[in-house]
Amino acid sequence: MKFMLMLKADPANQEARTPTDEELNNMGRYNEKLIEAGVLLAGEGLHPVETGSWVSFEGEDRSVTDGPFTESKELVAGFWILDVASKDEALVWAKAIPLTDGTVEVRRVFEVEDFNQDNEYVQQEVKWREEHEGAVER
Amino acid sequence: MTTNAAVEAVWRIESSRVIATLARLTGDVGLAEDLAQDALIAALEQWPETGVPRNAGAWLTAVAKRRAIDGWRRQTALRERYQTLAHSLEETTDDDPDDVIRDDLLRLIFVSCHPVLQPSSRVALTLRLLGGLTTEEIARAFLVPSPTIGQRISRAKRTLSAAKVPFEVPDRSELKERLGAVLEVLYLIFNEGYAATSGDGWMRPGLCREALRLGRTLAELLPAEPEVHGLVALMEFQSSRLGARTAPDGSAILLQDQDRSRWNRLQITRGVAALARADSLGRARGPYVLQAALAACHATAPHSADTDWALIVALYDALSAIAPSPIVELNRAVAVSMASGPDAGLTAVDRLAGVGALAGYHLLPAVRGDLLAKLGRGPEARLEFERAASLTRNERERELLLGRAANTLAD
Repeated sequence: MKFMLMLKADPANQEARTPTDEELNNMGRYNEKLIEAGVLLAGEGLHPVETGSWVSFEGEDRSVTDGPFTESKELVAGFWILDVASKDEALVWAKAIPLTDGTVEVRRVFEVEDFNQDNEYVQQEVKWREEHEGAVER
Repeated sequence: MTTNAAVEAVWRIESSRVIATLARLTGDVGLAEDLAQDALIAALEQWPETGVPRNAGAWLTAVAKRRAIDGWRRQTALRERYQTLAHSLEETTDDDPDDVIRDDLLRLIFVSCHPVLQPSSRVALTLRLLGGLTTEEIARAFLVPSPTIGQRISRAKRTLSAAKVPFEVPDRSELKERLGAVLEVLYLIFNEGYAATSGDGWMRPGLCREALRLGRTLAELLPAEPEVHGLVALMEFQSSRLGARTAPDGSAILLQDQDRSRWNRLQITRGVAALARADSLGRARGPYVLQAALAACHATAPHSADTDWALIVALYDALSAIAPSPIVELNRAVAVSMASGPDAGLTAVDRLAGVGALAGYHLLPAVRGDLLAKLGRGPEARLEFERAASLTRNERERELLLGRAANTLAD
């Protein structure tokens, strides 16, 4: 199973604080442990939210809002994608993140094989593919 | 999350390191695992009260060491060896530096896959000692009774002990061969999960993940060995297709017919990276690196029409040169037919059939029938499909082949 660990930051106390050397080293060691355990598929940190934008949809309209987004309670500051046997395992790894405050959200990533093959939508898709067999590039 | 589930999750993550450390300290893999199991029981008793300690691995190792010392102290006829061991165990700290643990883990992998053991025992022992799986879980994954696996594991431990297998990484002269045995075990575990069309829905894909996880770990422990990265790349590419290989009725979907949008891009990217890492070491491509390169040809083609069949033929040529097998030849013949047309493919298949190496293997007549059908030789194709149908042991495949036999005449 793949899980995404999302590091949440509260915009109120996210005054673009650069992490100390010690914090960086600790995080580096933690990431190394994930790699050595063979569970890290991907992991990235995100630029501060004031450099980001929101794209909002309303029917055919698109509107862009630039950060910072003071009205939002918490924002994603980074993420890891782990390949583990269970949610419990993902939680053990999440608890080991060297943080002293903040929140990490742990969410399962959908995979094709998670979709029940008896699911009517999957079957519809297969049926459609069979009907359009000739149309699909081969 | 209940504490028990938490303890089990910690165990899955930490047990191999705990066992590896104890195996170095006691010189006995079987004893190391027993002590680690004792520590697990202690954790199950204590952690619900105290909570899971911050450094759970060190906690488990410390408890296991304490058990070892107490056990030896209690024996009235205490042998000198144990006295020395107990003393040296007390001398060691409970917080080994990371690089020491890494070395121990590598030793444990080589011992679990030692040639003195039967291949089936190597697989069971590796999953038990390095994957942290229970005997029950391994048995479910391999669709065999639990006692069978239990016997394999205890026999393996006795064999290691009797053969006085040292707890060490083989030296350079032996490394290539011994590493080959390790990679073989990992690929066996992977294929057991990958080839599964029956059995416990959760445990079988679990085997693929476990083999991949151990492969990634091994790649970190032996970063200069291209074949390790090759095997990891191969498994990443193959896993990326897990969700696209079966139709809703459970029948297999051939590679060229799979919906490529269902392939896992993240794993393909990782496969490409692992293959690049193998090639960057600048050594001749070994069998796993070549198989990974073959898998990459398919994984990186946006549509099956984009497949570079000429490159695939060249890679099969290279593979034949270092690891010849009739199956490789048959796959090469298929690639030849895709690259240069059914005539050329048929010539290659007929050469293979002439050798008689694959007599009784249903895919040979199946491929031959396919090529004959493409060449418009219906009656001959039909006979080949019928022969293939009589050879396959898989009911669904038989139906498919008989269907093709019936259709060839209609074409």
